[in-house]
Amino acid sequence: MCLAIPGRIEYIDAASNPKMAKVNFGGIIKNVCLDFLPEAGLHDYVLVHVGVALTKVDEKEALETIELFKQMGDALDELKEGDPA
Amino acid sequence: MKYLDEFRDPIFAKSLSENIHKVTTRPWTIMEICGGQTHSIVKSGLENLLPSSLSIVHGPGCPVCVTPLEMIEKAILIARKPNVIFTSFGDMLRVPGSTSDLLTVKANGGDVRIVYSPLDAVTIAEKNPDKEVVFFAVGFETTAPANAMAVWQAHKKNLKNFSILCSHVLVPPAMEALLSSSTNRVQGFLAAGHVCTVMGYEEYIPLAKKYNVPIVVTGFEPTDILHGILMLVTQLEEGRCELENQYSRMVKKEGNIPAQQMIFNVFEISHRKWRGIGEIPKSGYSLKKEFIHFDAEEKFSLGIVSVEESPLCIAGNILRGLNKPFECSAFGNQCTPESPLGAPMVSSEGACAAYYNYKRQNVASSGSGMVNKKH
Repeated sequence: MCLAIPGRIEYIDAASNPKMAKVNFGGIIKNVCLDFLPEAGLHDYVLVHVGVALTKVDEKEALETIELFKQMGDALDELKEGDPA
Repeated sequence: MKYLDEFRDPIFAKSLSENIHKVTTRPWTIMEICGGQTHSIVKSGLENLLPSSLSIVHGPGCPVCVTPLEMIEKAILIARKPNVIFTSFGDMLRVPGSTSDLLTVKANGGDVRIVYSPLDAVTIAEKNPDKEVVFFAVGFETTAPANAMAVWQAHKKNLKNFSILCSHVLVPPAMEALLSSSTNRVQGFLAAGHVCTVMGYEEYIPLAKKYNVPIVVTGFEPTDILHGILMLVTQLEEGRCELENQYSRMVKKEGNIPAQQMIFNVFEISHRKWRGIGEIPKSGYSLKKEFIHFDAEEKFSLGIVSVEESPLCIAGNILRGLNKPFECSAFGNQCTPESPLGAPMVSSEGACAAYYNYKRQNVASSGSGMVNKKH
């Protein structure tokens, strides 16, 4: 459960509080809070855990990790939960 | 080397494995703390790449596994209430309480919803002002910033209908409890990488010194874990007991300071009971007094709920690294992921479920029957 997953910031809602972004995890887009990573910018790769970005990640590292998670099957399952209705 | 396909860089993994064989001259027992690492070790068959004299034991770092049965029972009691939307990470839904589980409450008409993030639970509370929305806030330090942020946002938005059922635990006090136990057999630790992404690793340095135990902050991929094991065994063989960081690409010494500030805006350190282990002093987070109106235990006046564990289950020994799952008499027969007796069989990060799912029980030629290994 403490697994954090790297993804790419596709959009930042500058007016939001907390600062929220759309992050792409190998094709799955989730809302992610950037408050703990103020230096993160558009198209940066960030390590995300349960909707909160924790640290920036090098692009090559992020892509390799996502690919490995896809091969391992179940690591990305938690991202499949829908947004709140 | 038939398992190397699972590794991101098989050539590097092969070289790590060869080096571990080269440096290991004596038997050592090492523990990975985190359930994510347990899952990765068992799934990748990583132990097949290690010398037989290295014993890898699996620690208490699965939040689903160590959440006390009383808390599961409280979650079920709250989720059954008619005006409640009970929200949780998916892995908590199948954990059995004394008579039921959250999934059954949902099947019987309870409004139980899986959320990806605690912030989603806050959104649900905003959209349903006539309902009480409760989030099951379990986890280690990695999850604490998100849970703290959820409470902080509910506070900012002045939401009266949001609360959390809090069962937050911390890694260093659990390591200290294991190390100070007379039954301890762990000689070195792989510390949990993502916990340290949040908290940094300074609090592990005095632990390494006090208990003369090397600690290596380690990532989650099989190659990371092999690398962490090599660093740990090298320290053990050289007689060093230091804190080292294998996962420096994700972990800084000081951690994520804004995330830590948010945790301590909302939470304070408290005693916590760990399932299978018992109470460990100062081993968790509870809401600070000024946020106590967000505490579901207070809001729903639950009081003391008493429950009994299965007498067959040896989860406590599993979580302390004293036994492997296949050494339990119930493993794979009375206790399976479909019908679990104890929490390590419920979560995919629990050691028992990982062994069951990936058929690692064959490691033991003894099959079933509890064996007390003594070193």
